[in-house]
Amino acid sequence: MNALENSRKISERVETLREELGETVGIEEVAEVVESLMTTMQGDISAVELEMHEEIRKLVHYISAAKSEIAAIQPREINDKHIPVASDELDAVVQATEDATGTILDAAEELETLGDELGEGVADRIAGITAKIYEASNFQDITGQRITKVVNTLHHIEHKVQMLAAALGEDISPLTDSAIDDTEGDEALLNGPQLPQAANSQEEIDALLASFD
Amino acid sequence: MAVDLNMKVLIVDDYKTMLRIIGNLLKQLGFTNVDEATDGSMALSKMRQTSYGLVISDWNMEPMTGYQLLKEVRADEALKKTPFIMVTAESKTENVVAAKQAGVNNYIVKPFNAATLKTKMSAVLGPF
Repeated sequence: MNALENSRKISERVETLREELGETVGIEEVAEVVESLMTTMQGDISAVELEMHEEIRKLVHYISAAKSEIAAIQPREINDKHIPVASDELDAVVQATEDATGTILDAAEELETLGDELGEGVADRIAGITAKIYEASNFQDITGQRITKVVNTLHHIEHKVQMLAAALGEDISPLTDSAIDDTEGDEALLNGPQLPQAANSQEEIDALLASFD
Repeated sequence: MAVDLNMKVLIVDDYKTMLRIIGNLLKQLGFTNVDEATDGSMALSKMRQTSYGLVISDWNMEPMTGYQLLKEVRADEALKKTPFIMVTAESKTENVVAAKQAGVNNYIVKPFNAATLKTKMSAVLGPF
């Protein structure tokens, strides 16, 4: 089979695959096409054709290995569990620090009002102290911005992992709930602080404890 | 000429906590006529309705950043002379250069203290 004929047969098979499978073709289908072509070759196979076959075989093996390594990092778990959890926790940090700062500012403003009632000397001293509180409270803006940068980075990583998995034909359908939480025994009780919407309030915990009486 | 402590000051920041902090510090400095906006477009709208003696603005806000607000203010014939101080966590050289080229009067990097705020305001408005 001459080079022109090989080229034509490859083009035909590629077009058939494109019609059947779309633009993304698994590495297995590529290997099948090449193997099929090599086995249907008639007459002597040239050194060039043999070399081409060998190179394609190595490429198939390399891509299969890369695909296995990527599958091992569990892109679905990264995107469906770890990144959303991290993002939610960081959002909770920002909210909690904002709430705490608000409370601190309320107290400082109350002190200033009290100082005004106590006279100029005391008012000035209190103003100096509350100024330090206002200055220190700057932190909440900075930490909020830093955390937002981290969250944006996480979303970027999530997107890249998804693209990589899709490019290699990885199944990126969402994990089921049971697959998301796979801890058992005592370890399942180590969860740390819950997000506000999921946490039991003190009243709810008191009511739960009372229900055992 | 003495600085008019009754002048209207516009603080622009998307963090309500920061609006409170700057507002309280301004009050301690004697400026009690303080207005607020949570982004550049709200600030611009207010500036077109009310005359402000000073604008103190953050950089990172949406939909309009403080940098975009500064450029809009300097491009507006009626607003272009308004003193404008940027108060922001953006500390890179290119940010400061860009703001200066856009016409900012002074630039304070967060976190800042009351003394810095007073010094930078005095540099723009005159001693008070």
